[in-house]
Amino acid sequence: MSPGFHLFPEQASTMAPRVDALYFYLVGISVFFSLLIFTLVIYFAIKYRRGFEEEEPPPEMRDILALEVTWIVVPLILALIAFFWGANVYYALARPPQNALEIFVVGRQWMWKFQHPDGQREINQLHVPLGRPVKLTLASEDVIHSFFIPAFRVKYDVVPGRYTTIWFEATQPGQFHLFCAEYCGTQHSGMIGQVVVLEPEQYEAWLGGELGAPRAVAGLPTSRPVPEGSLTAKGQQLFRDLGCQVCHRMEKQGIGPVLTGVFGSQVKLQSGETVTADESYVRESILNPQAKITAGFQPLMPPFQGRINEEEVMQLVAYIKSLGQTQAGNRQGAVSSTK
Amino acid sequence: MKAEKLDYPTEPRRHYLNADYGVMSWLFTVDHKRIALLYLGTITVMFFIGGAAAVLFRLELATPQGDVVISETYNKLFSAHGIIMVFFFLIPSIPATLGNFLVPMMIGARDLAFPRLNLLSWYLLVIGAVFALGAVLAGGVDTGWTFYTPYSSVYSNTFVVVTIIGVFLAGFSSILTGLNFIVTIHTMRAPGLTWFRLPLFIWAHYATSMINLLGTPVVAITLGLVVLEGVFGLGIFNPTLGGDPVLFQHLFWFYSHPAVYIMVLPSMGVVSEVITCFSRKRIFSYRFVAFSSIAIAVLGFLVWGHHMFVSGQSLYASMIFSLLSMFVAIPSAVKVFNWTATLYGGSISYATPLLYGLGFIGLFTVGGLTGVLIASLGVNVHVHDTYFIVAHFHYIMVGGALMGYLGGLHYWWPKISGRIYPEGWAKFAALIIFVGFNLTFFPQFILGYLGMPRRYHVYPEEFQVLNVMSSAGASILGIGYIIPMIYLVWSMRYGKPAGANPWGSTGLEWQTPSPPPTYNFEKTPIITREVYDYRKQESHG
Amino acid sequence: MAEVPRAVAHHFDDFAQQHEASTLGMWAFLVTEIMFFGGMFLGYLIYRGSYPGAFAEASNHMDIILGTINTAVLIASSLTVVLSVHAAHEDKQKALLIFLALTVFLGLVFLGIKFTEYAHKFDEQLFPGMNFRYDGENPRHAAIFFSFYFAMTGLHALHMVIGIGIFLVLMVSAWRGRYSKHYFTPVEMSGLYWHFVDVVWIFLFPLFYLLGRHS
Repeated sequence: MSPGFHLFPEQASTMAPRVDALYFYLVGISVFFSLLIFTLVIYFAIKYRRGFEEEEPPPEMRDILALEVTWIVVPLILALIAFFWGANVYYALARPPQNALEIFVVGRQWMWKFQHPDGQREINQLHVPLGRPVKLTLASEDVIHSFFIPAFRVKYDVVPGRYTTIWFEATQPGQFHLFCAEYCGTQHSGMIGQVVVLEPEQYEAWLGGELGAPRAVAGLPTSRPVPEGSLTAKGQQLFRDLGCQVCHRMEKQGIGPVLTGVFGSQVKLQSGETVTADESYVRESILNPQAKITAGFQPLMPPFQGRINEEEVMQLVAYIKSLGQTQAGNRQGAVSSTK
Repeated sequence: MKAEKLDYPTEPRRHYLNADYGVMSWLFTVDHKRIALLYLGTITVMFFIGGAAAVLFRLELATPQGDVVISETYNKLFSAHGIIMVFFFLIPSIPATLGNFLVPMMIGARDLAFPRLNLLSWYLLVIGAVFALGAVLAGGVDTGWTFYTPYSSVYSNTFVVVTIIGVFLAGFSSILTGLNFIVTIHTMRAPGLTWFRLPLFIWAHYATSMINLLGTPVVAITLGLVVLEGVFGLGIFNPTLGGDPVLFQHLFWFYSHPAVYIMVLPSMGVVSEVITCFSRKRIFSYRFVAFSSIAIAVLGFLVWGHHMFVSGQSLYASMIFSLLSMFVAIPSAVKVFNWTATLYGGSISYATPLLYGLGFIGLFTVGGLTGVLIASLGVNVHVHDTYFIVAHFHYIMVGGALMGYLGGLHYWWPKISGRIYPEGWAKFAALIIFVGFNLTFFPQFILGYLGMPRRYHVYPEEFQVLNVMSSAGASILGIGYIIPMIYLVWSMRYGKPAGANPWGSTGLEWQTPSPPPTYNFEKTPIITREVYDYRKQESHG
Repeated sequence: MAEVPRAVAHHFDDFAQQHEASTLGMWAFLVTEIMFFGGMFLGYLIYRGSYPGAFAEASNHMDIILGTINTAVLIASSLTVVLSVHAAHEDKQKALLIFLALTVFLGLVFLGIKFTEYAHKFDEQLFPGMNFRYDGENPRHAAIFFSFYFAMTGLHALHMVIGIGIFLVLMVSAWRGRYSKHYFTPVEMSGLYWHFVDVVWIFLFPLFYLLGRHS
């Protein structure tokens, strides 16, 4: 947002006008009922003020059931409208469109780390293209944080031990505040950054590293994208370094299941349940494989919890995705029940 | 010169204040009225300590940079403010002071069912306060009053355990008070006092006590588990050990949402009393108002997930909680409409208690409507964890609950102290409080929608103007709170003697001298009239 | 024979009101205890649902013999409690004292066995957070099982200690002849409390000792 005094945030995403419309409805009924009550109370208090000491108490009033029912039903209807409308907007906020650009985010005390699929990494600054849906997969390395971009009207907690997701489609070029919105310790109010929305051609140029170091913004570390190698390539390297291929062969079944094409598919577990192999499932299967054993396999895989960090997990997830995937349902928010 | 007849009230010879002298007679009292005053002193001290923390951090927030305190201190200040205000001021406030004093009197009893348990409740609060303040003095706690894991159990280096012990003890204080009220109201009503002749203050305290009994133990055990996790390294809420941090939130909010109704229901009871007395009318639709208190208590237990719409909770759970939250708003709306209707056709006098009551109605309406706004899922995503939420709950807690408390304190001050407070100063203070309050908290709605997050020590420059307005309001509000402290204490010595019933109220508590004798009533009263019956009675001899 | 005056506190109208208040008060208190333990029961159930295999396996590390003995001990103590209330009701002072003493004795036996179990667990390094060593499939999830085991049985044991203390006080009062068929409310109310603590154990025992046992 530009410096100076504002009373209302700018709308910079496709969802922002929808959220604001609902907000104005709610502000409208709040103002209406507040004014109604204020007016009635002040009016009655003045009109029925006690004169000089009267002897007679005021005449008794009967209860009016019709009135009671009216002021139960009418507010209830207005509140239910707020519910349905709100649920509708929330549902849209929770459903990223297909083929959204996927970016991985790791939050930790007290910074935001971004990994683009092609390998660009940023700290506290996120470059995204204008007019294209972007889906962020969020992970925390320590405590609960919350990823909040006011101009886009999106927010979701970043919870350690699981993935959460958020999506948006930017409609204005420019720089927008990014805040951590869940108290996370001493530098909570310093865990801020910017989302930089670029026109598509400019975004491509930025990806290629042609734009040079971005203009320094006071107080924030600048980030120059360095294509060190894509997420997938790094994941592949890690897959070898950690020895995963010993059990997870590419062509034929080894001690562990073949991973080609597993992403997005339905996996039958030893317990009889069937789950979808989404990002959360892959993450859990790496960090805590005993939680969901694939049917027909022995529980032999060691847990990698504590041996690799969240960024490395994301690289492995990207690699496994690249081994072929089935159409998976994408969802913002609580991705699935796996931890 | 003709001898003038004495027509101002005089004080009774012996009453509960002078029945016995000495510190020990107070520290070992079992008289509910004395215990109420012990609580009054304690929570007033805690209020000003919590308020001092707020003064400091509002001072810091007048500028975008951190130039008054360092971040760690700032975090400890807002945590102290929340913990002290919620657990050591708001939760006890009306029930432990006005409730303790009035519940037995309003039902014609000599004391509560368990007088010694009542005294124990006070000691638990005081010892809890010692732990909490001890933690503050030793270096503070920086988790916020919400103690979210794993920050509180694994990462924070502050005095979390000591603070939790203090909160735990305060919790047991309120559980026992709630238990005392429920048993008293069930078993000790005077003859003729049927349920639907009870003052609405009693209904409100009954509903509050239900919540105290059922909800507080859950937060007690939850915070206990946080301590075990921190001390022994158990993995209950710690994800690296297989635990679930969101489970903490469910358990915490299961109590802490109903807790907000503990904080506001008693105030609503006060408002019902002052509106009827100062309109000299019975309440409009008594049964609806009485049952709305119970409805709020019951429904209040079903909506905790509305604090967790962006926490990782499932989409469908969020929808259910949002829907139920819409329902819980309705009984509060019923009360507001019924109070307004009670004013219609009344005979209204502008005593300070009524002004606070009217202030409650206005500000609680704003606070409650913004609650409906926040419960709407689509908007919640944007305003959660921003100043919008801070504004919402302060409108309810300060604009609502605290105003109700002050109104009640003024209304029953003649009964408690036997003296009248100075009406001019009281009205002046009420005005200052009203203006200061709105200046402090209304800008925060705007700040919140703009996107300023909560619990921020430093903030972007464009938020400064609104923050300065808020801080200016806070200083006015602070002055407003100090004024009653001065004149109420002054009135205990120099105020005009009040007499048994200076307001002309029909309540049972006014049918006995001011201050009351230790056993409240000469004889157990027998109730034959409906409550709030201001119709002309045949005169007694 | 002249009617023995009943002890009625100053603020009650009569004995009936006092007795009603005491009874309602104790039941209300037990409701708060249900909510207090309930929080942990809920936590246990949620994790059991998430990690059924690990919990079932960890359950095999419980000493079922000692657990079963303890269950029998507690049920027997509830019997002695009922008998003590009955003795008071029948004005049998000696029987009252004997049954109160038996209750205390059985309570101490329970605690002794519990303490022994805890000592075994420490030796086997099954206390989470202190050299926890577990040779099963999922040590982290088993640790959660043991966390709840110690927290819940520990809280239960604390309630037993308080209960034993209360019954010792009752014994002293009974010795002094304070209770008669006209007044034995404290015995009744303490009995309710003891039964509650017993019932909590009846739930704890299967949840920790009996689930998923292999023979």
